[in-house]
Amino acid sequence: MTDLPATTRRKLGLVIDLDTCVGCHACAVSCKEWNDGGFAGPLVDEDVHGVEPLGVWLNRVHSYEVSPAPGDSPTPLTLHFPRSCLHCDNAACVTVCPTGASYKRAEDGIVLVDADKCIGCQLCSWACPYGAREYSTVDGVMKKCTLCVDRIYNEQLEEVDRQPACVQACPTRARHFGDLGDPDSAVSQLVARRGGQALMPELGYAPVNRYLPPRPRRGGGASGGAAQPEREASLDAGQLPPVLRWLDRVLSR
Amino acid sequence: MKPALSILFFTTLSGSGLGLLAWLGFVLAFIDTAPGAAVLLPAFATGLVLTAAGLLCSLGHLGQPQRAWRALSQWRSSWLSREGVLALLLFPVALLAAWLVWRDAGVWVSVLGVVLIVLAVATLFATAMIYASLRTIPAWANPLVPAAFMAFALLGGWLWLWGVLVAGGVPMGSGALAPLLLAAVALGVVKLAYWRRIAAMPLPGSATSAVGLQGQVPADARVTGLEAPHSEANYITREMVFVFARKHAGVMRLAALVLGVALPAGGFALAWALPGLAFPALALAVLCFQGGALLERWLFFAEARHVVSRYYPTAG
Amino acid sequence: MPHDHLDTSPSPGDRVETTTCYMCACRCGIKVWLRDGRLRYIQGNPDHPVNRGVLCAKGSAGIMQHYSPARLSKPLLRVGERGSGEFREIEWDEALALATKWLGDVRERDPNELAFFTGRDQSQALTGWWAQQFGTVNYAAHGGFCSVNMAAGGLYTLGGSFWEFGEPDWDHSRYLVLWGVAEDHDSNPIKLGLGKLKGRGAKVVAINPVRSGYGAIADEWIGIRPGSDGLLAFALIHELLHADRIDLDYLVRFTNAHWLVLRNPGGADDGLFARDEQGRALCWDRERATALPAEGTGLSPTVVGEVTLPDGRRAVPAFQLVAERYLDPRYSPDAVAKRCGVDADTIRRLAREIAAAAFDSDLRLPIAWTDAHGQRHEEMIGRPVSFHAMRGISAHSNGFHTCRALHLLQLLLGAVDAPGSFRFQPPFPRPVPPANRPGRTRREDGTLDAAPLGFVHGPEDLLVDADGQPQRIDHAYSWAYPLAAHGMMHTLIRNAWAGDPYKIDTVLMFMANMSWNSAMNTRQTMQWLTDRDEAGEYRIPHIIYSDAYASEMVAYADLVLPDTTYLERHDCISLLDRPISDADGAADGIRHPVLDTRADDPERDVRPFQSVLIELGARLGLPGLVNADGSPRYADFADYIQRHERAPRRRPAGRLARQRQRTRQGRAQPGAAGALHRQRQFLAPGGPGGRALFQDGQPQLPGLVGRHGLHRQGRTDRAAALFGDLAEVPAGRTGAWRAPAPRRAPRARGHLLRSAADLVRTLRGRAIGRQRRQPSVPAVGGHPAADVHVPLLGLAERLAAADRHEEHAVRAPRHRCAVRRGRWRHGRHPQPPGHDDGAGEDQRQRAPGHGVDLERDRQASRRVAARPRRPRGSRGLPAQPPDLRRDAGWPLRQRRPRDRAGGVVRPAHRAVAGHPRCRTLSDVCPAAGGPDRRPVGQRPDRRPMTSARTHWTPPDGL
Ligand SMILES: Nc1nc2c(c(=O)[nH]1)N[C@H]1C(S)=C(S)[C@@H](COP(=O)(O)OP(=O)(O)OC[C@H]3O[C@@H](n4cnc5c(=O)[nH]c(N)nc54)[C@H](O)[C@@H]3O)O[C@H]1N2
Ligand SMILES: Nc1nc2c(c(=O)[nH]1)N[C@H]1C(S)=C(S)[C@@H](COP(=O)(O)OP(=O)(O)OC[C@H]3O[C@@H](n4cnc5c(=O)[nH]c(N)nc54)[C@H](O)[C@@H]3O)O[C@H]1N2
Ligand code: SF4
Ligand code: SF4
Ligand code: SF4
Ligand code: SF4
Ligand code: SF4
Ligand SMILES: [Mo]
Repeated sequence: MTDLPATTRRKLGLVIDLDTCVGCHACAVSCKEWNDGGFAGPLVDEDVHGVEPLGVWLNRVHSYEVSPAPGDSPTPLTLHFPRSCLHCDNAACVTVCPTGASYKRAEDGIVLVDADKCIGCQLCSWACPYGAREYSTVDGVMKKCTLCVDRIYNEQLEEVDRQPACVQACPTRARHFGDLGDPDSAVSQLVARRGGQALMPELGYAPVNRYLPPRPRRGGGASGGAAQPEREASLDAGQLPPVLRWLDRVLSR
Repeated sequence: MKPALSILFFTTLSGSGLGLLAWLGFVLAFIDTAPGAAVLLPAFATGLVLTAAGLLCSLGHLGQPQRAWRALSQWRSSWLSREGVLALLLFPVALLAAWLVWRDAGVWVSVLGVVLIVLAVATLFATAMIYASLRTIPAWANPLVPAAFMAFALLGGWLWLWGVLVAGGVPMGSGALAPLLLAAVALGVVKLAYWRRIAAMPLPGSATSAVGLQGQVPADARVTGLEAPHSEANYITREMVFVFARKHAGVMRLAALVLGVALPAGGFALAWALPGLAFPALALAVLCFQGGALLERWLFFAEARHVVSRYYPTAG
Repeated sequence: MPHDHLDTSPSPGDRVETTTCYMCACRCGIKVWLRDGRLRYIQGNPDHPVNRGVLCAKGSAGIMQHYSPARLSKPLLRVGERGSGEFREIEWDEALALATKWLGDVRERDPNELAFFTGRDQSQALTGWWAQQFGTVNYAAHGGFCSVNMAAGGLYTLGGSFWEFGEPDWDHSRYLVLWGVAEDHDSNPIKLGLGKLKGRGAKVVAINPVRSGYGAIADEWIGIRPGSDGLLAFALIHELLHADRIDLDYLVRFTNAHWLVLRNPGGADDGLFARDEQGRALCWDRERATALPAEGTGLSPTVVGEVTLPDGRRAVPAFQLVAERYLDPRYSPDAVAKRCGVDADTIRRLAREIAAAAFDSDLRLPIAWTDAHGQRHEEMIGRPVSFHAMRGISAHSNGFHTCRALHLLQLLLGAVDAPGSFRFQPPFPRPVPPANRPGRTRREDGTLDAAPLGFVHGPEDLLVDADGQPQRIDHAYSWAYPLAAHGMMHTLIRNAWAGDPYKIDTVLMFMANMSWNSAMNTRQTMQWLTDRDEAGEYRIPHIIYSDAYASEMVAYADLVLPDTTYLERHDCISLLDRPISDADGAADGIRHPVLDTRADDPERDVRPFQSVLIELGARLGLPGLVNADGSPRYADFADYIQRHERAPRRRPAGRLARQRQRTRQGRAQPGAAGALHRQRQFLAPGGPGGRALFQDGQPQLPGLVGRHGLHRQGRTDRAAALFGDLAEVPAGRTGAWRAPAPRRAPRARGHLLRSAADLVRTLRGRAIGRQRRQPSVPAVGGHPAADVHVPLLGLAERLAAADRHEEHAVRAPRHRCAVRRGRWRHGRHPQPPGHDDGAGEDQRQRAPGHGVDLERDRQASRRVAARPRRPRGSRGLPAQPPDLRRDAGWPLRQRRPRDRAGGVVRPAHRAVAGHPRCRTLSDVCPAAGGPDRRPVGQRPDRRPMTSARTHWTPPDGL
């Protein structure tokens, strides 16, 4: 049934650190490559070598400019912002689905699409405020981030590799994965420490993923904080060659 | 939102069909001087064919139409599923009603007439709720949407009904005018109210909370797009960040009202006033109406902004 | 539950292989998943020291690269016109026979008629050695346009530079300044490091006209005016000197700041180091009040104050020259602010913050170590300020100078190889300058006396003829480009076309898309490639090219040798040239075939270029490549990397010999190389080698490895000896102008300024010699270093001075004459401007179209100016050679569906006029459609390279 589970035993999700994300798209590409052959795949592209190629991505990295920036930076903030499914607790994408293809797992809260049931009505993508669902016209079914459900429990992978592809790839380690329902988990602690935010909480979708806000920039202030470095008062550059200040310096080697 | 032809035809055709069936139910239940089976049966057929054509069009929007039957399963949560279930219930009920009309089964006809009204209206409502339940699209999540869907269906149904009746030789009495005027005025008022309402309707959320910066920067901080994720368009931008040139909205709205309300109403009045021209006038009215409905539905999509366009600020 | 069928443990593939990524030069470890013989997924290798499991976007997209429809599949012989892309598929035997014929003829006539140039080649140890065996001096790799000017600047200053030579101390640094870095070779390590720094709360400053991804997360972004980083560095130096926030102890201990420089204005020895009879540089000891050899210990040297030497000459310590120069008000923040586009207060604040981070952090690590002078220190003093720089500084013509300015700044802070600062990676730092000099004479067997690329120590190392004219086709190591450490990629095609200084018969290129991106001038390069002489023959008679894909260059080749992809071959970049070490250990990047070349296309018939090269060498009978009986010495590249010995082992003497015997690391040894080759074992989890090659427990290199992260100060001496020796020191050089390469283990970083001083001396010696003997040497007179009034640091200053040519890149291109006039005003050229009449191309073809063209133009006309008798080009050239990207019907014959036709990455991407996404050349570059004769102000706006929000101000004085 597309009813949402009343509660889920765990709330697996991603925590993305907007402070260190450099917008390199590594997460997006590794996601695409993994999922092309995985549970959500294939992520077929159309017109690959044509004028307007179109393809399904489960994770896209936006770049924004935010002004004013947090902190005392005189310049606006450049914000790189990866966007994928937030595995919402109150996911309307699930409840609108007429077929039951969309569902939220009771055991870990992952929201998935069953490609064998999906009729491609696209209603769920309309219901998602975060643009996390992309429809494949080639497959005729809806695709979305699976939280790499085919990696995180995969017994055929080594322990270290049992994490979402995007998390493993992220070169700045700006992406973290874990149980956000458990207040003691590393990700929950991180969220608590850094004041992690939900996206558009006012919509009531109760997203699970969290975004860590950029740390305030320490730009030195718009004025440049123009204090002079202290100079040696006794040696006035106008009087003596200033280099002679080093004359009495006892050095050894 | 990008208007998809399949959905425009689906909602307008099945809207008229369901309206026609609802009016038929009304005729069966409450009109004592109902015309005979020879006229009513073609009306039933028209209503069912319109509805079925609409539903078939809706299949065109599916990626996997052969699995459409699965869409009946989630009536507990999904309006799309409910719509499907109700529409499918409607068919046997309507056929049964037609059979009873044919057999002239007296009181059962009236009973089924009521059932038909309820089912047709419920189906219409469910169709409207598919859109009205989407909180992500404020222009749709709006009680005026089911009202407008309903008013369109009733007006269209009444036009179609009289088209069939007149073709069957039934003369237009003065009673035909009141429901028409009622539906037409209701439709006009509802649409005008709707347009007023969506004009003042902001997207939910805020630019800063969309990127998780609420509380980090002033609430009125500007978030402008520097670069889209990919150089090419994608499903989201094509489907949901549809950009509609607002300057055309006024003209198109007017055209929708003229085509969908004024001209059909005029045609209907003409048919009533000049019985000799009744059928051509009504046929024209029906055609105008369907055209106007398509235009209105196109606007309904094109003017609706999806909250996801917050993520594509330059595009949206 | 309806979803029970979800399989959470699907097999990701039937095989997983560990190898090394080749999507850029960072060389991350990857695990490649294969399913049914096809690539399933590429992930980072968590055990790899470079990337520790992470992987950049290109890395995982290696699948797309491997299955690219543009892949070549068969050797191709040109049948149509050059550039038309019409080829006939041939068999390998025919291809190799043809190449052997062309190359054999060349070698018979004059090996220098072969120009062997490689691009993003990661096997330069092989390709350079092969060129040496062939006997041609005309070899260069990955040069010119990349960051090699910066590398040279560093190698001539510190024995290494940014880029692949070292890295910020990510674990201790508290202040990182990124100078012009967008992505970099050290891509993943930088990103990992930035994550660490941000997590620790270190401040990150990005200096870049554009706010790149790194700039986005930096605390502060300084939108400097392009090309002015050197000035900014000088202003910082100025501030630090003024505030006395410099590390004099570090300077006297690890640099030659205290060396005495003679002051004898007008005299021949002015600006040279004061030396004793044994040639040892002197310093002034304040305790004993006398001059003592500067490299000794137990000294208390002075760093300022003029002294009189026993022989009566006057001298000042080198540091004083630095201080005098940079305390000058013209380097004050106020003086440079406008030219840098950074306000003076910001510069002062930066200086203050840098000094505070360096000196007030009190970072000390309780690690005892012994320095290069044998002195033991109980702890390591941290200077947690680190820099990293890349193409933002090196892609400018003053990159060499800017790089030296940055290194000088680092040294004044004591922030090289100190905890928290910039740390070298083995085998760097190398001796300054690195010991290997460019090969220039041929031995009896036809091989060159040393590999063609090397480091010039003095005029005797230059490749110039008796008239002082260049001997290399790219003019590297000539008077015009004496320190061209990696050769000059971008001059090759033009010079080969012009026959300047001589005709080239065959150009052999590997992985270098020269018609497209290493020429600084694509349009004209394509014309040069297709130009014919009076007899109707191509001016560049033979072009052999090896590419794995049908890139733009392929269409301009006569013979195409299809390479494998990086997942189908052996590769080994080796410690000999560009290893992937990190500061904590030596490492190497090796690849092995994880896929069969015919796996997904049985008709695909490609061979790894390195093996092809080895086979060609054997067919040609090149000395190192055949046995005594003429049979091939190596079966293929895999065999080569296991068995190749770079030079017969010499018996080293004394301490070094004992040490060598202990370490068994004197030369690339068969055993070790063989072990290196089996990377599978090294990298495979739980494999027998474990992580032996990396990090701790490296059995082959005990001298390099400490228990802790910061062993390097302790081992520089030995390591430098080790690696200094690995680089070949050519023996038996005749006519050496001064003592041959030091036999002793050279010290790292002991030579901050010596190279500059030596250069001044050598050049001056040359200039003086020229007045006596060789009045015809053209460039010397104008060479800055030959100016007799240049004090020691004059060169250093010039090296670091902001570009004397104003940078035009952000401006609408101006007409060339204007540029020329500007240059003439700077007095750089002996010839009057009217002399530069181009090479016979009409103005239409010569008009610079954009900034890059302009840069090329500047260089080209400089070359032209030096050689007025350039041959004229024919006028009948196609104005615009076919643009392969737009031409869907490109007729390179391949048995493939249309959209897989070789090389056309997007065949359907035709230029549809009026299509908004289609920009034709004339949209981008009006010069393509004719010279834009409108005054600058009236030309259509070009998209500025900088964001509107930078502090950029237009160049003044132009
Ligand atoms: N305008 C501009 N120009 C630039 C630069 C810039 O920033 N701006 N950057 C410069 C820099 S830093 C560099 S390093 C140069 C690089 O310039 P090049 O050395 O020319 O490098 P690429 O174009 O990356 O690759 C060269 C060729 O290698 C081929 N190739 C890829 N894989 C393989 C393989 O496995 N085997 C073989 N045989 N060939 C392969 C590709 O198809 C391509 O044609 O470009 C320079 N040019
Ligand atoms: N994705 C990708 N990665 C690559 C490569 C690739 O082709 N693609 N190539 C690899 C190779 S061969 C190389 S050499 C490296 C190059 O890697 P980078 O050194 O990062 O080179 P660029 O991307 O050219 O970026 C140079 C930066 O310098 C800035 N800049 C330009 N002029 C100035 C200036 O005057 N002052 C300062 N301070 N900044 C300036 C530019 O805005 C730009 O952000 O990347 C390697 N990695
Ligand atoms: S982000 Fe969108 S697709 Fe994902 S659970 Fe929430 S509503 Fe559904
Ligand atoms: S597209 Fe598929 S998953 Fe989405 S609502 Fe329709 S049937 Fe459900
Ligand atoms: S969790 Fe997996 S599917 Fe989701 S964005 Fe990351 S890589 Fe893609
Ligand atoms: S991989 Fe990491 S740093 Fe790169 S865009 Fe994704 S989240 Fe940002
Ligand atoms: S940074 Fe590493 S993973 Fe990325 S392309 Fe370069 S070598 Fe490959
Ligand atoms: Mo490069």
